[in-house]
Amino acid sequence: MTVAIDRATGKRRGDRGPRPGLGQRLRRGYQKHWYAYAMIAPVAIVLGVLVLYPLVYGLYLTLTDANSLNTARTIGVNHIDATYKFIGLDNYADILWGDTAYDRFWSHFIWTIVWTAACVALHYGIGLGLALLLNQKLRGRTFYRLILILPWAVPTFVTVFGWRFMLADSGIINNFLGTLHLPQPSWLEDTFWQRFAAIMVNTWCGVPFMMVSLLGGLQSIDSSLYEAAEMDGANAWQRFRYVTLPGLRSVSSTVVLLGVIWTFNQFAIIFLLFGNTAPDAQILVTWAYYLGFGQQPRDFAQSAAYGILLLAILIVFTSFYRRWLNRNDQQLAI
Amino acid sequence: MSTSTPSEIKADRPVTPQVLEASRPRKVRGREERGRAAALASHGILIVASLIALFPIAWLVYLSLGPDKDDYLHPGGIWDKMTLDNYSFVLQHTNFFDWLKSSLIVSLGTTVIGVFAAATTGYAVSRMRFPGYKKLMWVLLVTQMFPIAVLIVPMYQILVDLQLVDSYLGLVLVYCATAVPYSAWLLKGYFDTIPFEIDEAGRVDGLTPFGTFFRLILPLAKPGLAVAAFYNFITAFGEVAFASTFMLSDDKYTFAVGLQSFVSEHDAQRNLMAATAVLIAIPVSAFFYLVQKNLVTGLTAGGTKG
Repeated sequence: MTVAIDRATGKRRGDRGPRPGLGQRLRRGYQKHWYAYAMIAPVAIVLGVLVLYPLVYGLYLTLTDANSLNTARTIGVNHIDATYKFIGLDNYADILWGDTAYDRFWSHFIWTIVWTAACVALHYGIGLGLALLLNQKLRGRTFYRLILILPWAVPTFVTVFGWRFMLADSGIINNFLGTLHLPQPSWLEDTFWQRFAAIMVNTWCGVPFMMVSLLGGLQSIDSSLYEAAEMDGANAWQRFRYVTLPGLRSVSSTVVLLGVIWTFNQFAIIFLLFGNTAPDAQILVTWAYYLGFGQQPRDFAQSAAYGILLLAILIVFTSFYRRWLNRNDQQLAI
Repeated sequence: MSTSTPSEIKADRPVTPQVLEASRPRKVRGREERGRAAALASHGILIVASLIALFPIAWLVYLSLGPDKDDYLHPGGIWDKMTLDNYSFVLQHTNFFDWLKSSLIVSLGTTVIGVFAAATTGYAVSRMRFPGYKKLMWVLLVTQMFPIAVLIVPMYQILVDLQLVDSYLGLVLVYCATAVPYSAWLLKGYFDTIPFEIDEAGRVDGLTPFGTFFRLILPLAKPGLAVAAFYNFITAFGEVAFASTFMLSDDKYTFAVGLQSFVSEHDAQRNLMAATAVLIAIPVSAFFYLVQKNLVTGLTAGGTKG
């Protein structure tokens, strides 16, 4: 039985006994694995049909000039066949090096990097600060915790509209700034302030997840480590630097990676905050969506090409991140 | 103390606690003994943070009580004319219940299919090693980072071909693709916490591997399954991009799309929108608070066990 259940280590326990003959081994191999395959079959089917096939099909689309005018479609009872043609890697070349490539791709690329870095840094910094505050013996900390995760509890598409009311030209935020005689930026029209507002809203939405995960990490640090550090005369900063931070490392590496991926792919906040009104504040994901569905004619091929480029960026980032963690003797949790 | 003897301790003088105390280089403040000021500062920061977390939502609730669509510009006026008219209007004269139906169909469909598929896989990768194991884990990981932009165009084309655009089934299938990989990770983490001896006992008593899974492990994993189900549910419930693109007729909108339809280029019924938003937010966040503790444990358990 221990052969089938490997204790999740990938290594067999104990002696395997005498080596059986070839026929028996084949039969054993089949007996050993057929139900494993049967059990992953549902996911294999789901992923194959719903992820792999669309991915391959999307890859093919990026090599064509498909848009909403030349793809197959049905208008009323008439079915119109697809007429788009194969154009090789022209889409990628056009996105990366074509005329106005800077305005169409690189400016969004830079903004996406800034957006991801700023948001994840803010999420992590504020989340860690709040987690540290909540990790001390403090009256009413359960109450604080419940209120602080509220932005996570309410669906994003609801809270973003709340922010839209607040950020509107004569909304509460500008009224408040006005009473303080501060300048009142037009949050939803001016590019810089649009970006500022987007980062602000995303920070507001994303901090609770970080806070709760890091709080879990903090609570799992053995308190005897702190006692030992105190015995050795470490002050608060040294305890934080040499006990807390190393203790948080495995949780941190996971939530930072998840945070980067989620922020990089964050669609709802920018899409709902600005709609189609802010071409310069679109990160690559929302920009790809705009190309594919927000304009007429819909440029399916370019949109899909953006998608493939985004995926490539993320995969490269993740493999570097893993390698960097491995170099530091760190196991990535996922 | 063991390496160097402080100068105050001399052989000719008795060693009293006072001497030892005086000989300490400096007083180190322990974690438990914080000053009053530090506690006040903590409370202050936490109160400010709580207010920031609370305010946008409280503001939404407050605005939903104002009768006029431009009340959000002069909120002071709402105090005098607070009314629940927006709520009754939304419930009686909009597609609110259609949207509720769509949202529930799509979210529950995703939950059922997603949890079933993810549970078997999570169990398989938790307990068994088989050729292709590493590849499967890698695929599950990579699928989680698919930007919606990768799949949305081909999915749209495929759904058009299959005539599944504007149907619940199409949306459920699309959501499954995004929710299943993460649920499988989540459940793997949970299954890992169930002792292997239970499987072994089941097998010794003559259960097949499927029998072990269905009769022993699934009942034990109910909390984990609940977390995965909840995760699938909120993922499907809060998704914006696919729903906005694939649902075309306004009685099939999910809430995420329906809420946008209050603000068009010509008219913005912000008061109704705020009321709808509150009506959506209350049950969802209540539900969230009920299960959030498990959700976090599940997330980190799935996260810390490779």
